[in-house]
Amino acid sequence: MKYVLLLCDDERMSPSMEEIAVDPAHRAYAAELERRGASVGGARLRPVAQATTVRVRDGETLISDGPFAETKDFIGGIDIIECADLDDAIAIAARHPYASLGCVEVRPVWE
Amino acid sequence: MGVSAPEEIRVAVEAAYRDEWGQVVATLIGLTGDWDLAEDCAQDAFAAALATWARDGVPARPGAWLTTAARRRAIDRLRRDRTQGAKVRQIAVLERDPDEPSAEEIPDERLRLIFTCCHPALPFPARVALTLRTLAGLSTGEIAKAFLTTEPTMAQRLVRAKRKIVEAGIPYRVPPAELLPQRLTAVLAVLYLIYNEGYDEVDGRRALAAEGIRLARVLVHLMPQEPEVRGLLALMLLLEARRGSRTDDGVLVTLEDQDRSRWDRALIAEGVAALDQAVAMRCSGPYQVQAAIAACHATARDAAATDWPQIAALYAELMRLAPSPVVELNRAVAIAMADGISAGLALVEELAGSGKLDDYYLLPATRADLLRRDGRLAEAAASYEEALKLAPTDAERRYLAGRLSGL
Repeated sequence: MKYVLLLCDDERMSPSMEEIAVDPAHRAYAAELERRGASVGGARLRPVAQATTVRVRDGETLISDGPFAETKDFIGGIDIIECADLDDAIAIAARHPYASLGCVEVRPVWE
Repeated sequence: MGVSAPEEIRVAVEAAYRDEWGQVVATLIGLTGDWDLAEDCAQDAFAAALATWARDGVPARPGAWLTTAARRRAIDRLRRDRTQGAKVRQIAVLERDPDEPSAEEIPDERLRLIFTCCHPALPFPARVALTLRTLAGLSTGEIAKAFLTTEPTMAQRLVRAKRKIVEAGIPYRVPPAELLPQRLTAVLAVLYLIYNEGYDEVDGRRALAAEGIRLARVLVHLMPQEPEVRGLLALMLLLEARRGSRTDDGVLVTLEDQDRSRWDRALIAEGVAALDQAVAMRCSGPYQVQAAIAACHATARDAAATDWPQIAALYAELMRLAPSPVVELNRAVAIAMADGISAGLALVEELAGSGKLDDYYLLPATRADLLRRDGRLAEAAASYEEALKLAPTDAERRYLAGRLSGL
């Protein structure tokens, strides 16, 4: 079985990657994952202000700023992709079947 | 700007600011990828111009001088702060061509800048603010004033937009052909909003109309083969030509009653010429159709000579290209004038029944006007009263009150 953990918060705190790397709680979690050999991969997402939502309707790609909040949709999966820029990411997102059914939120990953 | 520079130098620097700011900023962003650095260094270059030009005279190519000065400034700034690998790479790019390039060699980077500012992944108000700041060179304070908000709020909007461009990876480029039609539509929407925000005579906002026209002219220069860009410029010019006669002593004056001798004939001629050039490219679009409607009004000798059948046909075309209940309401007026009041009123009632224009004052105002023309004064009065409750500005309320008391 593979699971995806969707990590949610209200963005009131925004520690740097360096701060997270030395934070005891995060270190303990990482050690636990390692002990279990459970980690397949993961990513920290940049704040929701950096989100872009892609929908395809009647064959047209619709782009809006921000997350998909206030809709009846729930997160149904994640894909981690690597590409040149946001326009490429939007093009890939628009090809995903979910873009026509619901929407795909494109979030840049902290690196 | 400084007080010591002679008047003619200040005038020259101000003219260069108007003409070259966007180009200098666009070039610096292209070279460094750093929006804040680009703005700061452009600002420094204009300050330096004031002192240097007073001493050495105005250079033959102010734009090239300013771009070089801004680039040198960027190199200095990055050297001082040379701690990260990225900075070293930026310096290498900036130093690649230390000689002043000739005017012909400077590629116009403003197109990349405007498409990036108007990227659909940015919130719409941020696209507008970013375009006015980076391309038109308005200060954050001026933009805040124009949009009736505070300077810190506007500054934060700009900071967030620039951060999203960098962190979300919005590319700094003119979109490839397959994305161009959609992205150009987004750019034109931003320019038209800038113009429209300045259309009503409110202090501090008037400058936006001039900025909208200036940016549309720049875009026509940069994209001469795009008919809708010319269509938008034509529309702005034709609206601008009659802007001054829209109100009289704080009361709205309808098109029918405007003093046509006050319309700006030069702007009308330029608008009609721009529209003709657009139409000759044989690819219709909503801005060209709206400009054609504006041209019908602008070139009619008097209100009675208005070609209403043609305007009704153009609104039908606009409904096909960009349908909206507001367009349908305008079509109803044209139909009433072309085919008779009852035909127009039927369309207005249909719209009212759809509920799509609830709370939009022009719906009852239009119905009132058509009823008045039809001699149904009691019904007209009721509709004028309804419109009065919904009208958003004093000029409109005064006009409606005048009509009501004149029944």
